[in-house]
Amino acid sequence: MTAWERFVDTFFKPAMLAQYWPDILKGMLVTVEIAAAVVTTGLALGLALASLRAYRLLAVNALIVVFVDVFRALPPLVAILLIYFGFPSIGINLPSFVVLWLVLSFVLAAFAEEIFWAGITSTPKGQWEAARSTGLSFSQTLAYVVMPQAVRLGVPPLTNRTIAITKNTALGTVIGVGEILNQATTAQSFTGNATPLMMGAIAYIVLFVPVVALGRWIETRFAWRRA
Amino acid sequence: MDAILDQFLNFAIMQKVWPLLLRGLGTTLYLCALVIPLGLAGGLLVALLSRSKRRAVTWAAIALVDLFRAAPPLVLLILLYSGLPFAGINLSPTVAVCLAFFCNTSSYYGEIYRAGIESVGRGQWEAARSTGLSAPQTLAYVVLPQAVRNVLPDLVSNTIEVVKLTSIASVVSFPELLYSADMARSLTFNSSPVVLAALIYVVILWPLVRLVSRLERRVAAH
Repeated sequence: MTAWERFVDTFFKPAMLAQYWPDILKGMLVTVEIAAAVVTTGLALGLALASLRAYRLLAVNALIVVFVDVFRALPPLVAILLIYFGFPSIGINLPSFVVLWLVLSFVLAAFAEEIFWAGITSTPKGQWEAARSTGLSFSQTLAYVVMPQAVRLGVPPLTNRTIAITKNTALGTVIGVGEILNQATTAQSFTGNATPLMMGAIAYIVLFVPVVALGRWIETRFAWRRA
Repeated sequence: MDAILDQFLNFAIMQKVWPLLLRGLGTTLYLCALVIPLGLAGGLLVALLSRSKRRAVTWAAIALVDLFRAAPPLVLLILLYSGLPFAGINLSPTVAVCLAFFCNTSSYYGEIYRAGIESVGRGQWEAARSTGLSAPQTLAYVVLPQAVRNVLPDLVSNTIEVVKLTSIASVVSFPELLYSADMARSLTFNSSPVVLAALIYVVILWPLVRLVSRLERRVAAH
């Protein structure tokens, strides 16, 4: 067997490719589902928290800042293990995909809040005053004048952050969420061959290279020069 | 309430596992001291290659960066640690972790450096070269200092991410902080060690998180 044949046999064995692609495909579906859920709830929660913070209620803002700082400083895997293995002993049993979804949503919400908040604070005071003097209420000014600009400003920095957090769905394998990496490592343990792992890596690349490329495009497209 | 305190904030258990966690923390810091400089150096190399005059080199660098930004680091790590032995290559956990982190972090740092270098005006290059500085000198003394200053918030923020990321090394039994805490959890049947580990991460990284917020505001004010 030549080195090349051995390489192919180890990482791209045709029989295994044929046998395991349905499992990997199933994993891709789970990854996409969780990713979509995380992006939706994470961004929505981040936007809600940033809007709430604009009302400048002291106690509420302190809580928001603590939440944001903790989830920016804490490795997601620590939170995942803590909730998944710790909560059952106080009577809270959450399915593994719920734990993964919650933790990643909180992490994304923390980063999104910070980015949207930066957008809100960078809106010139004159805009607030002008909007209020036309008769808009505080909430209307926030919703119709300030937030649209804050969101637009936030798009480039948020895109890369969102992609990075979405990739963390792979952490779900540690608690047995049936996503791509979990399918791949399970298959690998049955076969004693690295092909399923390689398939898993390729599945991620197939899913995420277009997203990364899209992120690059969004970054230049939305780059907004404020005079 | 007592059950919650006993399960998550059991000081007796925290005290007992403290030495173990401290050793884990030491290993985490050691790992950071390996992967952060490696990533910073690799990132600079990638950024320079992606600005090469040779089209093929530029494309290869960008393709590599996008590839490693698309693959989750845990996937890279498991592929290297569990996949390579089938090809007869056995990596120690330390080497596997360093290699996986190198691929991942140099891509991220590389993108940041690239943005920084691009933020320095073309005129600076021309002016520096016309004073007689060579290209490497221009890069080292004129362009990089400004580039790094412009993207300092991103560099620090990415470094925080790298420190947090070291926790995935626990998956390949690398005895860092999370691995020690999780082992203590399974020995004591109590989650307090993991809470303690979480507190240690937050205490270490919180000042850096604040620093990033302040740096971001300062750069935005420019």
